[in-house]
Amino acid sequence: MFSWRFLRMWQRNRDVFLRLWHSEAPGTVIEPIIVLVAMGLGLGAYVGLVDGQDYIEFIVPGIICSYAMFSVFGECTYGTFFRMEERKTFDAIIATPLSVEDVIAGEIFWGATRSLMTGSAILLVALAFQQVDSWWTVLVPFLSLYHGVMFSSIAIFFTSLAPSFYTFNHVFTLFVTPMFFLSGVFFPLTEFPQLVQNLSWIAPLTPVVHLTRALFEGEFHFIHVVAAGYILLVTIFFFWLSLVLMRRRLTV
Amino acid sequence: MAIIVTSNLSKKFKDLLAVDNVSLEVEEGECFGLLGPNGAGKTSLIRMITAVSPPLSGDIGVAGIDLRSHPRQVKAMLGIVPQIDNLDEDLTVLQNLTTFARYFGIPKAVAHTRGCELLRLLRLEEKSSGRIKELSGGMRRLLLIARGLVNQPRIAILDEPTVGLDPQTRHLVWQQLTELKAQGVTQLLCTQNMEEAAVLCDRVAVMHRGRILSLDSPQALIARHVGETVLEVAVTSANRERVVRELTTHGIDFLDVGNTVKVLGVNREQLPATLLGTAEELRLRPATLEDVFFRLTGKTLEGEEEE
Repeated sequence: MFSWRFLRMWQRNRDVFLRLWHSEAPGTVIEPIIVLVAMGLGLGAYVGLVDGQDYIEFIVPGIICSYAMFSVFGECTYGTFFRMEERKTFDAIIATPLSVEDVIAGEIFWGATRSLMTGSAILLVALAFQQVDSWWTVLVPFLSLYHGVMFSSIAIFFTSLAPSFYTFNHVFTLFVTPMFFLSGVFFPLTEFPQLVQNLSWIAPLTPVVHLTRALFEGEFHFIHVVAAGYILLVTIFFFWLSLVLMRRRLTV
Repeated sequence: MAIIVTSNLSKKFKDLLAVDNVSLEVEEGECFGLLGPNGAGKTSLIRMITAVSPPLSGDIGVAGIDLRSHPRQVKAMLGIVPQIDNLDEDLTVLQNLTTFARYFGIPKAVAHTRGCELLRLLRLEEKSSGRIKELSGGMRRLLLIARGLVNQPRIAILDEPTVGLDPQTRHLVWQQLTELKAQGVTQLLCTQNMEEAAVLCDRVAVMHRGRILSLDSPQALIARHVGETVLEVAVTSANRERVVRELTTHGIDFLDVGNTVKVLGVNREQLPATLLGTAEELRLRPATLEDVFFRLTGKTLEGEEEE
């Protein structure tokens, strides 16, 4: 298992981010703004929801958590792979008292930190769009951190198996983007047959969207406890698997 | 006292036995050289000793600590200068040192002082806040060396530290390594530069095909395997075969290294008269580690085939 030294890897990534953030961070906020304008206001003008809710209001929670997810996947697939294979940064670090597990845990928690930052930034954007009514939304950054650990672990799992950068095109096309469209971000899954609704939970973004929306609506049900627990289980599994596979990959 | 002890150490990559049952002891405070052609298993051996590559079998003890059960404690004692350039290009020159120091748990202020001091010693201080990309190849090597010393290691492990350096910079590195030895730092030095091994190393192990073929001080290795002097006979493709045949028939020991034939254990007067006529150029010189290298690891081409 990893030790507190994972913090050293996290600090390294933080330092690099603080040096270079201006070239990268704005992009993670601009795109969700465009989506909110185009889909929320543009498309939303033609969309009538059953309960009379504004369409932009409906999609804001999903946009926050999916873009937090996107930033995690960017960081922990392309970013991690670049540090690992192109720069050989990990090779240098595992020759110090840090273990492979420390390095990877540092990457995962750094990915989660990116999720926290992106989630919080878009929350502020939503606030600017006057789409935040509930005080429960102050928990959105914490939730972003929580599911950020899960998405980072999943992303690192893919990275640990990736032979080249091209692999990630498939990860995005076959996994990340379908989740974005099919996890209840843009339309309620309740219109689908029960079987499809159940299957959509395979995609770990679904429970995340449920929870984020619950914070915006300030309404909680048993399903949200299930969602939180489900995220925890997926996190533990992929976190563990990432450490195991990365050890195998990095110590040959 | 031996500070690094490996016993029956082996490493396998698929079908290739990269390190084959190596047992060696590095004494505290010495500079121990690992010499061998490409693919001899030097880097594989070093990677095992630095705990980044698990052995197939065998044990490694560093300063009395078992590496397998306590890799962290061992790694904390080591300063590693890898063969590949894995500087952190996302950080500045000085940040490379301070960030690395943080991995060792060295406090910020100490790391900063030490980092600046190392940059000064290796003449990189002007580049302190520069980006890694702005450094020349030689400067990057120097920074790798500085990084390996930032934790004030008890043992420095250097894998080809002067590859690609110009003579001035190489001597700067040698000078630093000599001073490091004077401070009592043990050095495990992997090199293909024979002069480097002769200048720096107390003892040298010649490695080939995963095994240690011979181990002793450079002078003793030379005396044992080559003798005092070498008579170099420059040959051309036209007369090479004849020279080799003559020497063989006269029972004279020699090394055939392509454009030169190194005749061992004889001086000019002892050469067969017939040979003196054919050889274009003769040169008598003291034997070096390079001759030992040829003697033990065969012809150059043979060695390179293994890559």
